[in-house]
Amino acid sequence: MDGDIRRNTYDDGSQDMLTGEQRIRNFNINFGPQHPAAHGVLRLVLELDGEIVERCDPHIGLLHRGTEKLMESRTYLQNLPYLDRLDYVAPMNQEHAWCLAIERLTGTEVPRRASLIRVLYCEIGRILSHLLNVTTQALDVGALTPPLWGFNEREKLMEFYERASGARLHAAYFRPGGVHQDLTPSLLDDIETWCGTFPAVLDDIDGLLSENRIFKQRNVDIAIISEQEVMDWGFSGVMARGSGLTWDLRRAQPYECYDEFDFLIPTGRNGDCFDRFLVRMEEMRQSVRIMLQAIEKLRAPEGQGDILARGKVTPPKRGDMKTSMESLIHHFKLYTEGFHVPAGEVYAAVEAPKGEFGVYMVSDGSNKPYRAKLRAPGYLHLQAMDHISKGHQLADVAAIIGTLDVVFGEIDR
Amino acid sequence: MEEQLRELAAHIELRQGDLVSSHSIATDELTLEATASDVPALVDFLRSDEQCRFASLVDITAIDYPGDDRRFCIVYHFLSMYRNQRIRVKARVRAEEIVPSITGIHPSANWFEREVFDMFGVLFSGHPDLRRILTDYGFRGHPLRKDFPTTGYTEVRYDEVTKRVIYEPVNLTQEYRQFDFMSPWEGAEYVLPGDEKGEAK
Repeated sequence: MDGDIRRNTYDDGSQDMLTGEQRIRNFNINFGPQHPAAHGVLRLVLELDGEIVERCDPHIGLLHRGTEKLMESRTYLQNLPYLDRLDYVAPMNQEHAWCLAIERLTGTEVPRRASLIRVLYCEIGRILSHLLNVTTQALDVGALTPPLWGFNEREKLMEFYERASGARLHAAYFRPGGVHQDLTPSLLDDIETWCGTFPAVLDDIDGLLSENRIFKQRNVDIAIISEQEVMDWGFSGVMARGSGLTWDLRRAQPYECYDEFDFLIPTGRNGDCFDRFLVRMEEMRQSVRIMLQAIEKLRAPEGQGDILARGKVTPPKRGDMKTSMESLIHHFKLYTEGFHVPAGEVYAAVEAPKGEFGVYMVSDGSNKPYRAKLRAPGYLHLQAMDHISKGHQLADVAAIIGTLDVVFGEIDR
Repeated sequence: MEEQLRELAAHIELRQGDLVSSHSIATDELTLEATASDVPALVDFLRSDEQCRFASLVDITAIDYPGDDRRFCIVYHFLSMYRNQRIRVKARVRAEEIVPSITGIHPSANWFEREVFDMFGVLFSGHPDLRRILTDYGFRGHPLRKDFPTTGYTEVRYDEVTKRVIYEPVNLTQEYRQFDFMSPWEGAEYVLPGDEKGEAK
């Protein structure tokens, strides 16, 4: 009478016949690994009850390259470019963690100019990552224009990468003890000009999405995350801030010279996909603020000087090598044997665009790390996929993957 | 910073002294050493104690020390967003020892423990779903053990004859090059080619 499908059993043990419609079972589908909304090579095994996700089992590792194993047989400097290939959307933020770990173990003091350049380029990386994430997440839920506009700006930022390091993507620009090369005044001028024009582009994207009915229907109240869930699942970065936690490593445990910059930490209130989108948009505006401050500081007299802490872990100046035999030997030994890091262990974390990116390094005093563990924020975020997507519609899975901000370079390592 | 860590260490020592075998502070980081069987109790204490509140798990990993009696070192990192503190817990285990899982306390330990199992072959008891995670389906061996070769044992290629991807034993056209740039005046423990003649005199 209540509409339930019953299966009656009778005295002689016989049962009611079931028609085809009555024999309902859950449906299993494979989402990916070749799916445009999977943001790379993610394979999800989804169990669906109608359109509702009952269970979600992510299969990762399709992009596993064994970075940690490779690192054990290479010198500290040779390992640096591997960090670029983790989260390839914002390469320099990863290098930063690696350099910080080495600097803390060796006790190297980074010169002020190098520190400012690092801050400047970390914020460029943050904008690179957020631009990609915000716009492609919009693409996943049906908006085509934002990625076209966003990638335009990303292209300009990558040009700044190129002008500083020679590479658009895999920069290998941050080095233990500083940065590889100094910035030219004209590059600083151009970055400043870009900082002037970018907010208008951001406003345009904002105008396309923030009050867009379709976009809001797809994102508001989807994947709500509470403070307790942030703790239980080890979320960090925007995933934590979207749920109202004012947690930012740049402010909470300042590294480099972030403590002298003036910026705000946006937080969400509802912890849903839409709040995280708004947090990312605002973080980009704050990043522009930090960049402008960094440029100003780089132009000030205190911001001048060397960009490498000259010593055992850094190469000598080119000019010195022409006249000093010691410098020549040092250069040769640095790029063949590499520098030795004192025995010990350290965990260095940075606020990467996607959350807390950490490097746990165990050194045995030789020129190669004994063990290096790369802690990627996306790994924990994707892990909670089953928990978050349970009870959501199949169509929301794409929106959730987008909001988690997964990049398989760092998850699969 | 150092002062706060010392206070925290003293507090943990006072409340759960029997769970912690030793503690040390290096490069502004507090490390607790514990036995593997005590880890869940210690982690639960660190999470719920009002002075600690290490509510988020940052990382679980392992280190391989081949030749050592207790071969693996399981390393846990925790973060307290409330107290703005970090802590590291280390436990040494024998190669065949089974480590109790902490998935009941921190659900996020799930994938980390799977990864440690995948990479090192350390088993966790009480883990809901201890499968391989990063390596290939049907992979054999534990790659991050020091005795596992960097090149691995198998390679794949597309075979034109059978029209599918096939697995073959690794065939290196030259030896895997493990460069050793250590200075022969310091650090190098091997005998340089030719030097062994000097010993005969």
